[in-house]
Amino acid sequence: MKAVLFSFFFVLLLLNPGLFAQTDIPQVVIKTLDGKQFNTAEIDNDGKAIILSFWALWCKPCQKELDAFNENYQDWHDETGVKIYAVSIDDSRSTARVMPMVNGKGWEFEVLLDPNGDFKRAMNVNMIPHTFLIDGDGKIVEQHTSYFEGAEYELYEKVKKISGIE
Amino acid sequence: MRKVFSIVFLLSFFYSYSQDFIEKAQVNGSFQLDGQYYHADNAIGINDSTIDGRKLGLNGFGNISYTLGKFSAGVRYEAFLTPIAGFDPLQQGNGVPYMWASYQSDFIGVTVGNFYEQFGNGLILRTYEEWTLGYDNSLNGMKLVIRPATGITVKAVYGSQRYYWQKFENGNRGIVRGLDAEIDLNSTIKGWESAPIRVIFGASGVSKYQKDSDPLFNLPENVSAFAGRMNLSAGKFNFATEYANKINDPSAINNFIYKEGQAVLSSLSFSQPGLGVVLQLKRVDNMSFKSDRGVDGNALDINFLPPINRTHSYSLAARYPYATQPNGEMGMQFQLNYKIPKGSKLGGKYGTGVAVNFSQVNDIVRNPINDTTPVNSQGTLGYESDFFKVSDHIFFRDLNIEINKKFSRKWKAVVQYMNLYYDIATIEGHAGEEPVKANIGLVDVTYNISNRNSLRLELQGLFTEQDDGDWAAAMLEYTIAPTWFFTIADQYNYGHPDKSQQNHYYAFSLGYVKQASRIALTYGRQSEGVICIGGVCRQVPASSGLTISLSTSF
Repeated sequence: MKAVLFSFFFVLLLLNPGLFAQTDIPQVVIKTLDGKQFNTAEIDNDGKAIILSFWALWCKPCQKELDAFNENYQDWHDETGVKIYAVSIDDSRSTARVMPMVNGKGWEFEVLLDPNGDFKRAMNVNMIPHTFLIDGDGKIVEQHTSYFEGAEYELYEKVKKISGIE
Repeated sequence: MRKVFSIVFLLSFFYSYSQDFIEKAQVNGSFQLDGQYYHADNAIGINDSTIDGRKLGLNGFGNISYTLGKFSAGVRYEAFLTPIAGFDPLQQGNGVPYMWASYQSDFIGVTVGNFYEQFGNGLILRTYEEWTLGYDNSLNGMKLVIRPATGITVKAVYGSQRYYWQKFENGNRGIVRGLDAEIDLNSTIKGWESAPIRVIFGASGVSKYQKDSDPLFNLPENVSAFAGRMNLSAGKFNFATEYANKINDPSAINNFIYKEGQAVLSSLSFSQPGLGVVLQLKRVDNMSFKSDRGVDGNALDINFLPPINRTHSYSLAARYPYATQPNGEMGMQFQLNYKIPKGSKLGGKYGTGVAVNFSQVNDIVRNPINDTTPVNSQGTLGYESDFFKVSDHIFFRDLNIEINKKFSRKWKAVVQYMNLYYDIATIEGHAGEEPVKANIGLVDVTYNISNRNSLRLELQGLFTEQDDGDWAAAMLEYTIAPTWFFTIADQYNYGHPDKSQQNHYYAFSLGYVKQASRIALTYGRQSEGVICIGGVCRQVPASSGLTISLSTSF
């Protein structure tokens, strides 16, 4: 069985090497902060760039990254129209604390809940923070794991590039 | 080899006849390898016999998935040869424990093979995976999801659970079957879409089948559990509650008593920009639910009983983490998040973040079922418990205050104080040990040298008379965004009651990150402790040596 599966992928790769690149956002049903179901296919920004970031309450670097995004969000949005989605992978031990924390921090972007990691797995996220940059056609063009102070500037350069603003 | 040829043949066939199969498809995946090389370090109690020849621990996995429109399939390969210190020895092995194929449309979704699922908060069913803990209770079977109308979701699952590398055969563990339905009234009922109140109801049932071959007791072979939940939101308020009940399920965890089990989890929150408040209550009574009644470790859990206290991120604050007591507990949690506005005296130029969190968990009250039977006697109804009564026995209490402040473009800091009560005898099973009462303080200061270069200093202190006594920790980190990091850290157990154990646990790390790939190397000592993520904990023994971690996604 293993041999079959591995040869399957191997042959696929031979036939089309270009296939090994994440492009579309997978469709997974997760939740909004008020408990409503949300299909990730609805992640959309009218043909403009999207930043999608996986985070959790227990992850300090994630919050530092999102704080940095939030500080710049107004400017970034005015210049490029970029939209930010922050997907919390907190499970039921802490989902109740997500909304108060988001509001308490004054974050102004969309926050979604992925309490059993379904979207995280579909996006192949091993460690958080893990941030994706999605272009106006809904294709994933960049991804980055970890956050270090100042990484937001480089990310924003890329946002400008795909938005056609240099 | 013949199989390989047949696949090649089949694919060439597909390739000729259906270009879509190849060209419109996507293949994605991720890999991770965590390795540790151990050496003897007598000062912290590690000698050649503790290492026992296992000088190298290697945990690795690779995920690959294939997607073509509504169809997807994938595999995960894992190899623990040998597992890193602290992982269950049963983890040793290699193979493909996880493979699946699925079709998802708006109306129906079908998954065959291994899968993860959660009903509501998970009080009666949750399968998930936590790599850093070596935890995986995935179901191997089928999952069906139907959305008959907007706002209505019905899920059905059945299968057997993963138990390390042990194959499911001859009823060597139980079978799990479950059904869940959820209705979002505002999406379902015409005209309610923009109503001021949003109402969601959910109900689920799970049944476990395990053959009874006990020579002594007549055990239930089919154990069922039910749960109902509700989520109400109106403007700035949100109320969520879930109640679960399980019929009698004598097991190794509850000492084979025939009592029913129950769990409740409720939360009420209020939030508006700049302010968030949440109060959460929980009661658990005899609610361990495993697909093998004989297992008492961290495995084969069908349900998930979330500990609701805060999960701390800084090392000393996280030194004494709580774990849910499935046999009974009553807990509460309160959190307040507030942002002192920009421009005010305390808020300064950027605003100041304040978070206050309090949680406490006590035991439930257990009364004997009659005058002659001691509480929790094997083979009896166990005990009676008043739903609203709280025992004086405190398992855990945590009061913490965190202040987050940005001073300028160059400087920012986090300050945290925490007061902790930790019943180590119950939580870690160290019978007879005194509860740990500790005060913990920490500061985390960041200085941005330039846009891309920054320095971060963490100073922490943990002060207690119990367990290993006082600790101090310091860490300095230098990062070059978005690529490099270097850290030097030391944890010093200067207050250990035994002077010869007053050790330094130093470590040096460096790492390189490029896009979704990360390589990190650490050399040094790791102190003994507990790592908890998502409600499951793993004891980490003291170790000394070199650690490497490699991770990539594509």
